[in-house]
Amino acid sequence: MISFASICEKANGGGRITDEEALFLFESNELLEIGALAASVNGRKNGLRVFFNLNRHINYTNICVKSCSFCAFSRKAGESGAYAMSLAEIKGRAAEAVRLGATELHIVGGLNPQLSFDHYLDMLRMVKSEAPSVHVKAFTAVEIDHLSSISGLEPGDVLSLLREAGLGSLPGGGAEIFAPGVREQLCPEKISGERWLSIMETAHRAGLRSNATMLYGHVESFADRVDHLRQLRELQDRTHGFLAFVPLAFQPGTTRLQTGRKGETTGVDDLKTLAISRIYLDNFDNIKAYWVMLGEKIAQVALAFGVNDLDGTVIEEKIGHDAGATSPQSLSRDGIVRMIRKAGRQPVERDTLYNGLRVC
Amino acid sequence: MTGFEGANPRFRPKSGNHAGRADTRVCPYEDVRMQNRQRTMIEVIRKKIESDESICRSEALYLLNDADLLALGKLADAIRRSLHPEKEVSFVVDRNVNYTNVCEVKCKFCAFYRDGSAPDAYVLSREEIFGKIDELVEQGGTQLLMQGGLHPDLGIDYFEDLFREIKKRFPTVWNHSLSPPEIIHIAAVSRLGVAETLRRLKDAGLDSIPGGGAEILVDEVREAISPEKILWQQWAGVMGEAARLSMPSTATMMFGCRERPEDIVEHLFRIRELQTEGASFTAFIPWTYQPGNTELGGETATGAEYLRIVALSRIVLDNIPNIQASWVTQGAKLAQVALFFGANDLGGTMLEENVVAAAGCSFRMSRDEMIHMIRDAGFRPVQRTTLYAILRRY
Repeated sequence: MISFASICEKANGGGRITDEEALFLFESNELLEIGALAASVNGRKNGLRVFFNLNRHINYTNICVKSCSFCAFSRKAGESGAYAMSLAEIKGRAAEAVRLGATELHIVGGLNPQLSFDHYLDMLRMVKSEAPSVHVKAFTAVEIDHLSSISGLEPGDVLSLLREAGLGSLPGGGAEIFAPGVREQLCPEKISGERWLSIMETAHRAGLRSNATMLYGHVESFADRVDHLRQLRELQDRTHGFLAFVPLAFQPGTTRLQTGRKGETTGVDDLKTLAISRIYLDNFDNIKAYWVMLGEKIAQVALAFGVNDLDGTVIEEKIGHDAGATSPQSLSRDGIVRMIRKAGRQPVERDTLYNGLRVC
Repeated sequence: MTGFEGANPRFRPKSGNHAGRADTRVCPYEDVRMQNRQRTMIEVIRKKIESDESICRSEALYLLNDADLLALGKLADAIRRSLHPEKEVSFVVDRNVNYTNVCEVKCKFCAFYRDGSAPDAYVLSREEIFGKIDELVEQGGTQLLMQGGLHPDLGIDYFEDLFREIKKRFPTVWNHSLSPPEIIHIAAVSRLGVAETLRRLKDAGLDSIPGGGAEILVDEVREAISPEKILWQQWAGVMGEAARLSMPSTATMMFGCRERPEDIVEHLFRIRELQTEGASFTAFIPWTYQPGNTELGGETATGAEYLRIVALSRIVLDNIPNIQASWVTQGAKLAQVALFFGANDLGGTMLEENVVAAAGCSFRMSRDEMIHMIRDAGFRPVQRTTLYAILRRY
C-alpha cells in the first residue's frame, strides 16, 4: 500500500521510489508535502547552493524538414520568416557572447536540408576560433540523427567529428515524451524515444555529457511522464552521462497542437513536476527550472521545491518565445543572483559541466 | 480634515506606539543555538497556532525574514484549511471602472495618474460608465469596483447622482467602490465630514468599501512613496466609520516598494487590531508594487517573497476570514500556487483593469481559466458575491 509517509521514508533514507509511487505523487494534491520532500532530497545533494550560468543561445536556423505539432519555431524553406544564419552572423553572436562574459553557447536549430554536415563542422570550428574559452553545448539528439543520415555516418562517428571540431556537450532537447502514442500526436516525423536514448547513450559512452528534457503539459498522461522519467533513470544508471534534468512546460501560444487542456501548464503542475523529478531521479545531480518556459516567478519558487539550477542568462532564445512564452528575452546576471538570494539560497555561477566558478 | 470626525472612538486606532518597530517583548528564543533556532521557532509558533493563540510581532518578523518558505506555507495552509474546510476556492465576476485618471496626489509608485492638463487625462462620461456596467451584467458579473484618481472637481454631488443612477439601472450589481483616499478627498472637496460623506454615499447606493490606498500603513513609508496621500490613521478612520454604518470593507497592502520587513509586520498587526476593534474587513489582499512607468522604478518583489507575504497574512490575520491571491499582479501560475500558502480566494475575473496595467503588468483571466486553475489545484471552484455568499458551484 503506497502512502505519502512510506514514500518519504524511502526517499529520505536515500532509497529509490517506484513508478507507482511517482504516479501516486503526480495524482496527489499535497503540493507542499511533495515540495518539502523534494527539498530535503535536494538539500542532501546540493545544500543551499543554486547554480546558474552565463550563456547565450544561437538558434542557427528555423528551417526544418519536420513538422512537430507543438512547435511554433519551425518554418519551411521559402516560407515567410524562414532563416538560416550565415557563418558570419553566427560568428558575430559568438563574439558578443565572449564580450558579455558568457561561458556557454547553446546552439540548436531546425533540421535544415540546405545545410551540409561540413557546414556544422565549420560552424563549430569558427565558433571555437572566435570564442576558444567558451563551452559549446550544441545539437540535440534529433540533430545528431539528422547529421547521421545526411552524412551516412553512424551517430558515434558524427559525434566524434563534431567533438574534434569543438563540440563540448549536448543539450537535452528533442526528448519530448518517449511514449510512442504521445509521440505519434506530437511529433510523428521525429526520431523515436528509443533512438533519442540510444544517441545519448552513444554520446555518454564517448565521454560527451548531456542534459535530458521532458516536454510536459500537452496530451501526455501522468503515467507517460513517469515512463519517461523511468527510461532516463535507467540510462543514467548505465552511463551517468546526464548532467541535469530539465522539464519543459509546453507553451501552447502559437502552436498547432490541440491538447484539450486549457492554456499553459499551471503553476501547481510545474512545481509538482519539478519536485517529483527531483525525488524520482535519484541518480541525477541537478534539476533545472528553465525560467524561459516557466516564467521567472515559478522558476524562483521552484528553488523551494527541489530545484538547484536556474539555467542562465539565455540571451536571444527563440524557440520558447516563438511559442508564446512571455518571459523576458534574457535575464541579467544580477537579476538571476537576486532571484536566488531572495529565495534564501546561495547563488553559484557554474560552467556547463557544473563546476562551480564563483560563489556570488 | 482628520478622518475621524464623528467616528466611534472604539475604531480609533491606538496612537503610533508601534510605529515601524517590532515589538520584542515576547521573545523566548534568545538562547537557542543557531542550528536549532529555525526548528524551535517554527515549533513554538506552530503550537501557538494550534492552540488558537495569535502570534506576536517578533514571531511574525521571524517568519517573514527567516522561516523556510515551505514551513511557512504549511503553517498558513493549516489555518486556511481549518477556516475553509470545504475545499473550495472562490472568485467574483467583476469589473473595475476607473472613472478618471486625473489625480492631485501623484503617488510615486503609481503609473496611472495624470495631470488635469495631460493629453491623455480623462473623466469617463456617465454613458461610458453605464455602458461598461451593461457589459458586466451581460457577462453575469455581480460586482462593480469604481476607483479613480482624486479629481479636484468631483465632489459628493457627482458620486451621489452617479450611484443613484447606477442602482436604478442595475439593481442587481453590488457597488464596491471608492477606497479611503477617495472618500476623504470627496469629503474635502465638498466640505463634509467623513461620516456624513459615507452616509450620503451609502444612501445613494454605495454598498461596500474596497481597501485600496492602504499601501503600507506606516507613515514613514507613506512619506517616502506617497507624501501627498492620507496618513495611515485616516485610512483606518474611514474603515472604522464604514463599519459603524454597517458597510463591509476589505483591506489591502502594497509591498515590495520602500518598506522594511518591520513595516510589513506593523501593517498586518494594525489591520488585525482594527478588525479586533470592530472593522468590517471581509478579506485581506496583498499585492506587489509594479515598477513599470513609475517615478520610483526599481524591481518588483519575487515570487517567493509574494508567497511569504500571503502566508504571513493568513497566519497573522486570524480574525479576517478570507485571503485573496492577486493574479492581476502575480499571474495565474503564482496565484494558483498561493492557494497552498493561505489564500482561499482568487478575487475577481476583472473584465477590465487599468491601474496595474499602466505599470506594465497586464495579465488576463477568463472565468473558464479561473475554474480550470482552481480545479487543477484540487479545489472546487465557486462563484461568490462580494460578501462571499456562494452563487454557483462548478
